[in-house]
Amino acid sequence: MEPRASASTVNVSANRLKFLIGGLLIVAAVIYLIVTSTQASAQYFMTVAELHEKGSQVLGRDLRVSGAVIGDTIQYDPQTLTLRFTVAHVPGSNREIEAQGGLAAVLHAAVTDPSRPRLEIVYHGVKPDLLRHEAQAIVTGKLGEDGVFYAEELLLKCPTKYEEALPEQSEG
Amino acid sequence: MITELGYGTLAITFFLALYGIGAAIWGVQKRKPEWVESARNAMLLTFPLLTISCASMIYLLVNGNYEVEYVSSVTSNSMPLYLRITALWGGQAGSLLFWSWLMSAFASAVTLRNWQRDREFLPWVIVVSLVTLGFFLGLTLFVENPFDRLWLLPNGIAVKSFFAREGAIPFYQSDGKGLNPLLRHPGMIVHPPMLYLGFVSFVIPFAFAIAALITNRTDDRWIQITRRWSLVAWLFLSLGLILGARWAYDVLGWGGYWGWDPVEIAAFMPWLTGTAFLHSVMIQEKRGMLKHWNMILIILTYNLVIFGTFLTRSGVLSSVHSFAQSAIGPLFFVYIGASSALSLGLLLHRWQDLKTDLHMTSVLSREALFLLNNLLFMGILVICFWGVIFPLLSEIITGQKVTVGPPFYERATAPLFAALLLLMGIAPLAAWRHSTLQTLGKAVWKPTLVSLLAPLTAVLLGVRNLAALIGFWLAAFVACVTLYEYGRAAIARSRTHGESLPLAFWNLVGRNRRRYGGYIIHLGVVLMAIGILGIELFQKETQATLARGEELRLGPYTMRFESLAVFDTADGRNVARAVVSVYKNGRFVGELYPRRDYYYESQQPMTIPGVRSTMEDDFYVLLVDWQPISSAGATFKVYQNPLVNWLWLGGFVFILGTLIAAWPESEKSPAIARAKRQAPLGAEAS
Repeated sequence: MEPRASASTVNVSANRLKFLIGGLLIVAAVIYLIVTSTQASAQYFMTVAELHEKGSQVLGRDLRVSGAVIGDTIQYDPQTLTLRFTVAHVPGSNREIEAQGGLAAVLHAAVTDPSRPRLEIVYHGVKPDLLRHEAQAIVTGKLGEDGVFYAEELLLKCPTKYEEALPEQSEG
Repeated sequence: MITELGYGTLAITFFLALYGIGAAIWGVQKRKPEWVESARNAMLLTFPLLTISCASMIYLLVNGNYEVEYVSSVTSNSMPLYLRITALWGGQAGSLLFWSWLMSAFASAVTLRNWQRDREFLPWVIVVSLVTLGFFLGLTLFVENPFDRLWLLPNGIAVKSFFAREGAIPFYQSDGKGLNPLLRHPGMIVHPPMLYLGFVSFVIPFAFAIAALITNRTDDRWIQITRRWSLVAWLFLSLGLILGARWAYDVLGWGGYWGWDPVEIAAFMPWLTGTAFLHSVMIQEKRGMLKHWNMILIILTYNLVIFGTFLTRSGVLSSVHSFAQSAIGPLFFVYIGASSALSLGLLLHRWQDLKTDLHMTSVLSREALFLLNNLLFMGILVICFWGVIFPLLSEIITGQKVTVGPPFYERATAPLFAALLLLMGIAPLAAWRHSTLQTLGKAVWKPTLVSLLAPLTAVLLGVRNLAALIGFWLAAFVACVTLYEYGRAAIARSRTHGESLPLAFWNLVGRNRRRYGGYIIHLGVVLMAIGILGIELFQKETQATLARGEELRLGPYTMRFESLAVFDTADGRNVARAVVSVYKNGRFVGELYPRRDYYYESQQPMTIPGVRSTMEDDFYVLLVDWQPISSAGATFKVYQNPLVNWLWLGGFVFILGTLIAAWPESEKSPAIARAKRQAPLGAEAS
C-alpha cells in the first residue's frame, strides 16, 4: 500500500501547483488590466498656470483644468452649438482656496487680475445656465496645438448661488 | 413634544443596545442563561422603540415642524405627503435613523427564530448585531441628530442643537428648503430603502459567522442558518442597484444608467463580495472546503456594507478635504478599522480549527470553476476599489491630482465580466469533484453549436464590432446551456416520474429552488448583458437647435419640433415643455414631451426626457435649452439607445429568480439532510 499513498501525495501536490499557477495567472491578469487601464484613462488635474508651464508636454493627454470664467469673453453660437470662453488661473488645492478667503473671493480676485495666466476654451454643446462671470469652470478635454483647450465635458460651480447646489453638469 | 419623544426613544434604544451587549457577554462569562435571555429581550425591544422614533420623525416631516433643522432642510410647504414621508431618507441624519430602524427590524426578527439547536450562537449574534446598531444609534444621537432644533442666538446667528442654548430663542421658519428635486422620483423613493435593506440584512450572516468563530463551531451550521438571510440581503441589494440604474436613466438626463460614480461603486462592492459569497458557500456545503475563504468574504461584505452606507451619504470621495469637515468620516473609518481588525484577528486565531484535509482534485471540477468565479469577482472588486482610492493615493504620494473615469472601469472590468459569463455557461455542466475536458466537452458541444447562431445572425444583420460579437455569443452560450439544462432535467423527470413535460418542469423548479432559481438569475444576467452591450456599444447621439417645424435625424428616426410651452405649476415649479413628433423610417410613431422643471425653492433644474421605448431601442429626447421669446427655437439632445429595454427586462427576471431561490422550502428533517450528504458520489443531484 505504501507506493499508492505516495502516488496520491504526488497527485495532490501536482494539483496544488496547477491551482497555484491558475490563481497567479488571474492575479497577473487583473494587475495587467489595472495598470494598462489606469495609464490609458488617467485624467490629470492641472491649474491654468501649470498648463502654461508644461505646454507641449501635455498635448494629447486627458486633462482636467479649473479656472474662473471671464464674463466678457463668453461667445455662444446656438446654431452650431459652439461655446468659447476664457478662464483665469485659480489655485488647485482647496486648502489654498480656503486660505485665500474661500472660493468666491478667489474667483473674484482671479478675474480682476489681468496678470494671471489665462486659457481659451472651446466646447461643443449647450451653454449651461451657470456659465457666467466669476463662475468656476472645470473642463475635461485636451490641449490643442493652437494653445486652445478643447473641452469634452464642462462642469460649473457657482459659489454665490446656492450653498449646497450640485455642480451643473453637461456632457458632450 | 414629538421632538422629545423621538429623541428620547432614540436615546433609550441606544442605552438598551449597550445594556444588551453587556448582558450577553456577562451571561456567557458567568454561564447565566437568564442574562442572555435578558439581552435577547433587549434586542427584541429595539424595533418597537425605533419605530416610535421614526414615526415621530415622520410626524415632524409631515407636519412641517421647520424648527427642527432636518425637517427644514429636506421638506417644504409645497411638497406632497408621500414626498414628505420619504424625506426621512432624503438627508444624512434621517438616513442614519432610517438605517438604524431597518437594522433593528432584522435584529428583532432574528431573536424570534427557534434557537433550540444553536443556543451557543445566540449571545454572540446579539453582541454583533447590537454593536452595529449601537454604532449607528451613537452617530445619530451624538453627531448627526435628526431631531436637532434651530436656535437664534442673541447675536442673530442661528445654531442647531437639541437642547436650548443659553439666551437663545427657538427659530421658527415658515417654510423649508425642500427635497432635492433629483430625489423626487418614484425610483429614488424606493431605491434607498432597498439598498439599505440589502445592507442591513448582510449584518445577520456576518453576526452568525462571528458567533461560529467565537464558539469554535467549525461545521457549516452558520451557513445553513444564514443561507436565506444572505439570499434576501442579496435580493434587496440587487433590487436597489437595478432601481438606482433605472432612476439614473429616467432622471439624470444623460442617456445612461450607470456612471461608475464612487457612490455607485460603494453600493456595488458589497454586492460583488456578496455574490462571490453566495457561490462559494455552496462549495462548503457540498464539499466542506473553502471555510476560511467564506469567512473572509462575509467579513469583507460586512465592512463594505458599513463603508457603502457611509459613502452613499457623505460625499467624501468628491473631495479629499471634506474629511475634516464631517465628523462622521473619521468615526466610520475607526469603526471599519476596528471591526476588520477584530474579525480578521478572530479568524486567524481559529485558522487551524477551520482546516480540512479536503483538496480540489480537478481543475475542471465544478468547485474549481466556482473558485475561479470567486477570483473573478474579487478581481472586479479590486479594480473598483483601486479606481476609488487611486485619486487619493496619487495625491498623497506624488502630489499630482489624477483621476480615472468610466473608461478605466469599462476597460478593466469588461474582460472579467466576459470571463464570468463564460464560466456561467460552463460551470453548471461541470461535475463536482472530478471533470475532464472530455466529459465537459461532451456536455457542452450541443449548446455551443446552437449558440453560434447568435453572432452569425448579428454578422448577417451588419454588426462588425468584435467586442459585440463576442458578447452576443457569450450571452447566447449561457442562455443555451441554461435552457438545455432545464430541458434535459425536465425530460428526464417526465420519463422517470411519468409526468407531463410542463408539470415535470414545474416540479423540477419547485423541488430544487436554489439551483433552478439560480439558473433563472443567470438568464436574467444574460438579458441584462444584451441590454448593456446594446447601449454601451451602439448608442448614438446628436444635438441641435431647431426652429419650430424643423427636423433632426438620428439613425432611422426623425423628430420634428412642434411647439414649446413655459408655465408655472402649483407645487413651485417652472416647467418648459416641448412637443416633438417622432417618425421612424418615415412613418409617424408618436409624440414625445421632453421637459425641464425648474424648482424655485431649491433653485435647481431637472431635465425629464421624452422616451419612445421598444424592445429594439429607446428614442430618448432631452430638452436642454430654449429661447422663450424669439423664434430661434429650442435645443435638443437626442439619443438612440439600442436594446436598453433588455436590461430592465433582465433586471426583472433576475429579481424573479432570486425570489424563487430565496422562497422558503418546507424544512427537511435534519436526519434526511444528513443522509443525503453522506450519499454515494453519483447520487448527488446538484
